[in-house]
Amino acid sequence: MIGFIKEFRRRTPLGWLQLSHEKGRLLVALSGIAFADVLMFMQLGFQTALYDSNTRLHRNLRTDIVLISPQARNLINMSTFSRRRLYQAADIPGVKSAEPMYANVVTWKNPQTRLETAVLVMGFNPDQPPFTLPEVNQQLDVIKLPDTVLFDRAARGDYQQAIAQIDAGKTVTTEIERRTITVGGLFKVGASFAADGNLITSDDNFLRLFPRRQASSVSLGLITTQPGYDPKQVAQSLKSYLGNDVKVLTHEEFVLFEENYWRVNTAIGFIFTLGVGMGFMVGVIIVYQVLSTDVNAHMKEYATFKAMGYRNFYLLGVVFEEAIILAVLGFIPGALVPLGLYHLTRNATNLPVYMTVARAVTVLIMTVIMCMISGAIATRKLQSADPADMF
Amino acid sequence: MTDTVISIQNLDHYFGQGKLRKQVLFDINLEINAGEIIIMTGPSGSGKTTLLTLVGGLRSAQSGSLYVLGQELCGATARQLTKARRHHGYIFQAHNLHGSLTALQNVKMGLEVHRGIPTQEMKRLATEMLGAVGLADRVNYYPDDLSGGQKQRVAIARALVSQPKIVLADEPTAALDKKSGRDVVELMQNLAKEQGCTILLVTHDNRILDIADRIIYMEDGHLISDGVDATAKVE
Repeated sequence: MIGFIKEFRRRTPLGWLQLSHEKGRLLVALSGIAFADVLMFMQLGFQTALYDSNTRLHRNLRTDIVLISPQARNLINMSTFSRRRLYQAADIPGVKSAEPMYANVVTWKNPQTRLETAVLVMGFNPDQPPFTLPEVNQQLDVIKLPDTVLFDRAARGDYQQAIAQIDAGKTVTTEIERRTITVGGLFKVGASFAADGNLITSDDNFLRLFPRRQASSVSLGLITTQPGYDPKQVAQSLKSYLGNDVKVLTHEEFVLFEENYWRVNTAIGFIFTLGVGMGFMVGVIIVYQVLSTDVNAHMKEYATFKAMGYRNFYLLGVVFEEAIILAVLGFIPGALVPLGLYHLTRNATNLPVYMTVARAVTVLIMTVIMCMISGAIATRKLQSADPADMF
Repeated sequence: MTDTVISIQNLDHYFGQGKLRKQVLFDINLEINAGEIIIMTGPSGSGKTTLLTLVGGLRSAQSGSLYVLGQELCGATARQLTKARRHHGYIFQAHNLHGSLTALQNVKMGLEVHRGIPTQEMKRLATEMLGAVGLADRVNYYPDDLSGGQKQRVAIARALVSQPKIVLADEPTAALDKKSGRDVVELMQNLAKEQGCTILLVTHDNRILDIADRIIYMEDGHLISDGVDATAKVE
């Protein structure tokens, strides 16, 4: 092994010299790889953003363990379970609090256009606010007022004027189920696939909006654990303690639960995976073109090296060296451009698209694999570099 | 005392398969001693380049016996042939220098194939060798910036830098004018004498025959004459 490293260190970096000698060709190759990387980054970014946009509310809950009905499918189809389960849960050591939350979809009239649209209403005890959203927690007094709600300013639809009015301190009213509702304040979460917008209010107001819902049938149970207790273990105890009519999830699992619903029930995963695959193929083809042109251009030299006693293995090494150099160098612009594009997308669509280290590493690995595949195809041409036939 | 470095006995060689199989070398017998300069000449298609590539291990010999530097190359594996190639310098009609490498790096490639020479040592040897072929001031030039004769001299430096026992040259002067051709051959001759290596040179070029110790004349795959009378035949 040491011998190998020694040999490697005294080796002329032929692949690099070949690539850097042809600046134009190198530039074309790098922009091709960068293009493929940008495609992959954008597809992966959109995919994650779409999943994330559906779990923004979930991730803003101040909770360690979530109880839901086994019938629950996603946030707008939560079904209900008995509030008694929450009281029971308080028996388990490590449980600090167990608070109910109510959620339902409702049709409301857009205060601006007076057109009906579906929004998600969430109700909770204002003395035990479950969200980590500062705007919500500052306006808890507002939702204590009867028939008053907070509205999501990032909702999908025409709300600009209404939002401007609320921001200016004017009272905006609208109608839900023939009740007149006051929009008392704003917060920001954003639309999801499930609902165009979100409303937040107190549990009392929620039950007024839904006269057929009872306080004893809750949509979500939010459990916080005492410091020093592992939520996973507490969740395990809860699972064995509570009956089969509730499902116990850690906060993380709850986020995954929602994500999984959309993964299974929409074509998002398929579409974006296909997009990534196409980016990958484009990369393979571009790199193959570059490498095979390079091998062809150096056929005589390679044959000469063989005549001098270099093994085929050495020449394979040169091609793969080129492939890896291209992958790493091409990845740099390929990762920088998406930073700008992500920013652009965030501003234009309010989708939470961010560069993550994990994604960067994924794409880097894919780029290397991409270049290696191209390299492997390009090396087939090396066989024809036979010194006996060439001279 | 003279050592035999190349010993060829009853060597036949065929190209093609099946019905297209064609014999190109017929019963070649040849002994070459260490330090000799041999010129192999003859009309096109006489099989001299084929013989050269067989001796050089670029093709595997099919039948007969081909002893080069104490190793039987007839029936050798591809791996053995590759290793055998490292013991001789090969000079081609075209210089075949690598365009992305400087003169120095090109010459260094002739050393890198041998394991265990430290980088500094390779650099020193390559620089010295370029000095010996009169290109001390062109060390860091790329082949594109050198003249034809200079390129061929770099190729000679590359072939000789590892001090091979045998140098094989296939029409090294074909692409050169009279003067640079002459220079190149004399350079080979001098360096070979210094290093005590054997040169086997294939050529059509009558102007350089005088450097040979022995001339071999081939025609239609047969070795027609060997030695002095070959000279007469050529003339």
